[in-house]
Amino acid sequence: MSSTPASRLHLAVALDGTGWHPASWREPVARPQDLFTAAYWADLAAEAERGLIDFVTFEDGLGPQSSHPFDPDDRTDQVRGRLDAVLTASRIAPLTRHIGLVPTVVVTHTEPFHHSKAVATLDHISSGRAGVRVQVTARPNEAAHFGRRTVPRIDGYDSPGAQDMLADLFDEAADYVDVVRRLWDSWEDDAEIRDAATGRFVDRDKLHHIGFEGRHFSVKGPSVTPRPPQGQPVVSALAHATIPYRLVARRADIGYVTPHDTDHARAIVTEIRGEQQEAGRATEPLHLFGDLVVFLDDDPATARARRDRLDTLAGYPYIPDAPVFTGTPHELADLLQELNSTGLSGFRLRPAVLGHDLPRITQGLVPELQRRGAFRRTYEASTLRGLLGLERPVSRYAAAATA
Amino acid sequence: MSKPIKQIHLAAHFPGVNNTTVWSDPAAGSHIDFSSFVHFARTAERARFDFLFLAEGLRLREQGGKIYDLDVVGRPDTFTVLAALAAVTDRLGLTGTISSTFNEPYEVARQFASLDHLSGGRAAWNVVTSWDAFTGENFRRGGFLPEEERYSRAKEFLATTIELLESWQGDEILADRATGTFLGDARAGAFVHRGQHFDIQGRFNVPRSPQGRPVIFQAGDSEEGREFAAAGADAVFSRYATLTEGQAFYADVKNRLATYGRGHEDLLILPAATFVLGDTDAEAAELAHEVRRSQVSGATAVKQLEWVWNRDLSSYDPDGPLPDVDPLPGENTVARGRAQVRMYRDPRTTVRQWRELAAANNWSIRDLVIHTGNRQTFVGSPDTVAATIDDFVQADVSDGFILVPHLTPGGLDGFADRVVPLLQERGVFRTEYEGTTLRDHLGLTRPDTPRAVRADPPAQWRPVTARQDADPVPTDH
Repeated sequence: MSSTPASRLHLAVALDGTGWHPASWREPVARPQDLFTAAYWADLAAEAERGLIDFVTFEDGLGPQSSHPFDPDDRTDQVRGRLDAVLTASRIAPLTRHIGLVPTVVVTHTEPFHHSKAVATLDHISSGRAGVRVQVTARPNEAAHFGRRTVPRIDGYDSPGAQDMLADLFDEAADYVDVVRRLWDSWEDDAEIRDAATGRFVDRDKLHHIGFEGRHFSVKGPSVTPRPPQGQPVVSALAHATIPYRLVARRADIGYVTPHDTDHARAIVTEIRGEQQEAGRATEPLHLFGDLVVFLDDDPATARARRDRLDTLAGYPYIPDAPVFTGTPHELADLLQELNSTGLSGFRLRPAVLGHDLPRITQGLVPELQRRGAFRRTYEASTLRGLLGLERPVSRYAAAATA
Repeated sequence: MSKPIKQIHLAAHFPGVNNTTVWSDPAAGSHIDFSSFVHFARTAERARFDFLFLAEGLRLREQGGKIYDLDVVGRPDTFTVLAALAAVTDRLGLTGTISSTFNEPYEVARQFASLDHLSGGRAAWNVVTSWDAFTGENFRRGGFLPEEERYSRAKEFLATTIELLESWQGDEILADRATGTFLGDARAGAFVHRGQHFDIQGRFNVPRSPQGRPVIFQAGDSEEGREFAAAGADAVFSRYATLTEGQAFYADVKNRLATYGRGHEDLLILPAATFVLGDTDAEAAELAHEVRRSQVSGATAVKQLEWVWNRDLSSYDPDGPLPDVDPLPGENTVARGRAQVRMYRDPRTTVRQWRELAAANNWSIRDLVIHTGNRQTFVGSPDTVAATIDDFVQADVSDGFILVPHLTPGGLDGFADRVVPLLQERGVFRTEYEGTTLRDHLGLTRPDTPRAVRADPPAQWRPVTARQDADPVPTDH
């Protein structure tokens, strides 16, 4: 019975394989044989939607998963292979009604024109529930799958050479998002007129070439796909350091960050807000979500024991890029509210074992946060932007025309 | 007399960016809203059609330097729509037209393999190649290749994509909890391709899909295209739906099959076809003329003449006589992003013939375009249309048809309700799906790839040509 109302949190769930722990597929509750079926992903999305989750993300990559950050591995004891994330999200869209669908798109070797219309189409199909998570790849083996450029192999992120290369990849990503967004705006909302009197299907003054010319690509436009229902589907990116923070600050609606404590969270929020100011976007809404791997059980010892058991099965301790939480839904609610006070408006939870930890998010954490007045009790909006409190923007080209 | 009765294959082409599509009709709905696709796909599935077909266009067409605004403009992304349609249908095949020019094999292979998984084995790829630098302006790669290289790149693109699709054998995923073995083969998906256009290697990351690989459609009409189709495609999307032209094309392509050790039934010939139904043949004929008038407005007629004249004719009255100026020689520059302008190889002769026709019949510009443009393939009562389709297929015009209605989304409804039952009564069209995959519907076998040949793709995949127009609908000549 707190006297000041709790701040409402946003919750996303990151879907990947059988869960984020590399041994998760070996749990009895896991469904590794179903990974390449639509029903598997539909069931996960339905569970998340029952929990009123803002959105689910779908991981992807332009090569097999690997336990190594820059090289492929030849492991046979972990899940390898995955379905295209945009197509998986689209396959789920007609089976869900409220939850946001945010597939990963790798921007390093792909075409912004194709992915702009793909996400716009996902938004049309889902009536405004589409987003995208953009990701770069610095893996030489993935570059070799395309053969269009060579990516020098780096050993870590810290050398000057690595920093230059990453800065370049993220600059390309920023251009990519810019093109994707311009293409979404390239049809004004009322461009389709169907004017029988003049025989014109569209008002071509409301279709715009984007004329983008950059270092990596040029895109003339307009899109072939009309403006999506949200105007601008939600763009998100995961960021662990200054270079990706800059991408988030310049181009994203949501940044996923990985603070290991509240002080770190404050520092990250301050840095990204500074970059946002620098980019001239200080007044635009930008959500920062904390990313956490979660092991949830009814008592903390069980959760820790489960993590240990999975580490033993994997043959090594799983140490991901994001902090790992083991404990009860109640304890997780405490942690999320504490982190919320640093300026993180939401969280993207990565269930260690989807079959186990996702239901504990939806049936344990969510009711706990609801009791605290910190999470919705019903879907309050019909679009993902609506759930995130983001307004529907006017096309930049329409705005320019009336200015 | 001993010739067995052929079963007909039917498919539904979602009406699109083309002047066959009548958007001005009060019954015409959205070409973008998913509900239109759901209606259309469910009608096709209710009628037990083999598959739904989507065309593709990667740049809005322009004419006279401006975006062409008289036809339907805009379409959703092909792959994304097909994946969603897999959720609202159970058996219907899902065929997407995807350019080999503005994509990379690794990504296209991932998308088709994923679509095949997500649809339980219902994916098909209509391979096309784009021809213009105009469209290339939307892409990293641009449109810089000379024409001969574009074809050779297309051939290698398809061969490479198939190597990737077949890089998993299908038995690698063990997911054995007891031994901790997820993959039975550490090199699952390994590939090396060293070619003129693609020099790639690594590991493909989508396991073998339910159909082995998606059904491959070829839409080429050239000598090279026909040869490729005979060598390795599963089906041909042709433009010859009339009796004599259809029979000639059918015989020509089918006769090439033996060279490749393939049987008559290993390759299906499926032309695009339009239709108009009426209660009587006379009523249908009248309706067909009305549809032609809706498809060819005065403004549309003048624009279509510009494709031949290759110059601005906007000052001419569509209800008046043909332009008195001569066509401009050389490459067509007036219409961009429109493949059919290249079909007028001899504009002066075309113009001379049209002037003679117009003079003889006292036709205006609009009359000429209405009369010289392709009529609907099948016009008549349901009885007449069912009988004609059956006769055509039994006479080896084709193995069936890809129907292109002129209305979205309800243009297939009448055919499903009134013609399909008659074909079923005749015993030439299925009353229930017998299998679950598109290969099942089309009577195609699943490709086998013994491990021994995995690094050495079948030779028949090397020659390939694809048709350049992603939207080959008859009315566009």
